[in-house]
Amino acid sequence: MDAINNLTWKEKLKGYQKDPFSALLLCLVILAAIITVGVLISLVIYIIFKGVPNIKPELFAWKYSTENVSMMPAIVNTITITLLSLIFAVPIGIFSAIYLAEYAKRGNRFISIVRLTTETLAGIPSIVFGLFGYLLFNIYFEWGYSLFGGALTLSIMILPLIMRTTEEALLSVSDAYREGSFGLGAGKLRTVFRIVLPSAVPGILSGVILAIGRIVGETAALLYPAGTAPVVPGSVMESGRTLAVHMYALLNEGLYMEQAYATAVVLLVLVIGINALSAFIAKRVGVKE
Amino acid sequence: MKEKAMQWVFLAAASISILAVALICIFLFANGIPAIQEIGVVQFLTGMKWKPTNNIFGILPMIVGSIYVTAGAIIIGVPLGILCAAFLAHFCPKGIYKIIKPAIELLAGIPSIVYGFFGLVVIVPMMQEIFGGGGKGVLTASILLGIMILPTVIGVSEAAIRAVPETYYEGALALGITHERSVFFTVLPAAKQGIFAGVVLGIGRAIGETMAVIMVAGNQATVPEGLFSGVRTLTANIVMEMGYAADLHREALLGTAVVLFVFILLINLSFSLLKRRDF
Repeated sequence: MDAINNLTWKEKLKGYQKDPFSALLLCLVILAAIITVGVLISLVIYIIFKGVPNIKPELFAWKYSTENVSMMPAIVNTITITLLSLIFAVPIGIFSAIYLAEYAKRGNRFISIVRLTTETLAGIPSIVFGLFGYLLFNIYFEWGYSLFGGALTLSIMILPLIMRTTEEALLSVSDAYREGSFGLGAGKLRTVFRIVLPSAVPGILSGVILAIGRIVGETAALLYPAGTAPVVPGSVMESGRTLAVHMYALLNEGLYMEQAYATAVVLLVLVIGINALSAFIAKRVGVKE
Repeated sequence: MKEKAMQWVFLAAASISILAVALICIFLFANGIPAIQEIGVVQFLTGMKWKPTNNIFGILPMIVGSIYVTAGAIIIGVPLGILCAAFLAHFCPKGIYKIIKPAIELLAGIPSIVYGFFGLVVIVPMMQEIFGGGGKGVLTASILLGIMILPTVIGVSEAAIRAVPETYYEGALALGITHERSVFFTVLPAAKQGIFAGVVLGIGRAIGETMAVIMVAGNQATVPEGLFSGVRTLTANIVMEMGYAADLHREALLGTAVVLFVFILLINLSFSLLKRRDF
């Protein structure tokens, strides 16, 4: 049997000689994959090689000044904004997903509207989110540039991501768990919180980490709601820049290329690390199933 | 009692995404449309000149610019993406798949400002070297955007290719054609709707991209004359001037955002329709 399906290299080569067009297609496909991976590798290697020598301890000083454009305030602001965004987006996203996955009946009109709007939200470019945040929080609520407004804007932006990953995680929990819980006399709510949600935690976590990656790398959506002040503000109602915005500001001023290289490395390593963590957790789920 | 209350809480949470989309529409349209009316719809959409200091607001150069770079990104990114998806689905040994797949997902996670920086310090000098001139322009922006939409196109296309029943492929093999021809002439055509959905999603990504484009496009507010002349997209127009704009200028920028938003809504709508017919 095997001999029919498994050709040796020689036989394959002979086949390609008879049909050069197939060989061409094969080459094209392999070339495309090499280009794609090559671009990624060259991007990462280039930025790391050029950037690492520019990482200096004074770039992590507590105070930002025009002589020493420290990225430390930006790092602190990034953490603040990430936490604030998650505080809003994670509960709302998980609750929405619970509704969609556990409560809603099939063919419900409301559900199709929710799906349509989350799809729309997922497709809106970040600059539009940024303008919306600016119009709503800075102008309409009269907050001015504020970390809080920026965080709220981002929480809307990452909502669809958290909803989708949570819903997938909930749906992948076997129905036997639910039936077992009902069989023991637990109500729907208890079943959801005690049985279904805990088994879905790894999937949800991997979605949340992915969302953190998006927050850390976001520039356009933060530029106008949160502003670009290079300090750690006294309160969340004041302006502050995150790491990605810091990098944009450095490039915009054009005077600090070396520091921009260093910031790019920090940003890239951070985002790669976050994504790898998310993928790792997601894979653990797969193994368990 | 508690059961009912929590069900309402869940329902309320699910409504928030509807509320968010409604608010975004209301705020953008309410702030942008008055300016468009004041300038005049035709004047605003078809005006060739953007001179905020003289109160001349025509965004045709930016609309054309956005369409040019998006088209360029599609020309570069889509064939590459589809070939790569075909490789992942039908040509790739398992061991290599385990390395390439996460690498492509990583490509999706890289922040756009880092892409912009890469474009600025690598692609722009490269274009200067090869073609002369400033290096910033339609072609540079298209290449960078083409790279950026790759993960989107690859992800959706690969799923579509994998969704084609194995029998198509096997049937073609049984008729005596090669593995490559079978993949390209039976499996890919069968997956064309899903692949097309991926392309539409890629268009959405490309047209909405801001931070990367602004670094490499040159940003002149004129209709580009060729592949190497500078170009300003709708998104770049907003980001570059919003910081200091006031009065009608500011509102005209919001009007630009309205035009962009309408583009995006149309693209999203066609994506949803394509996806729905697929299953």
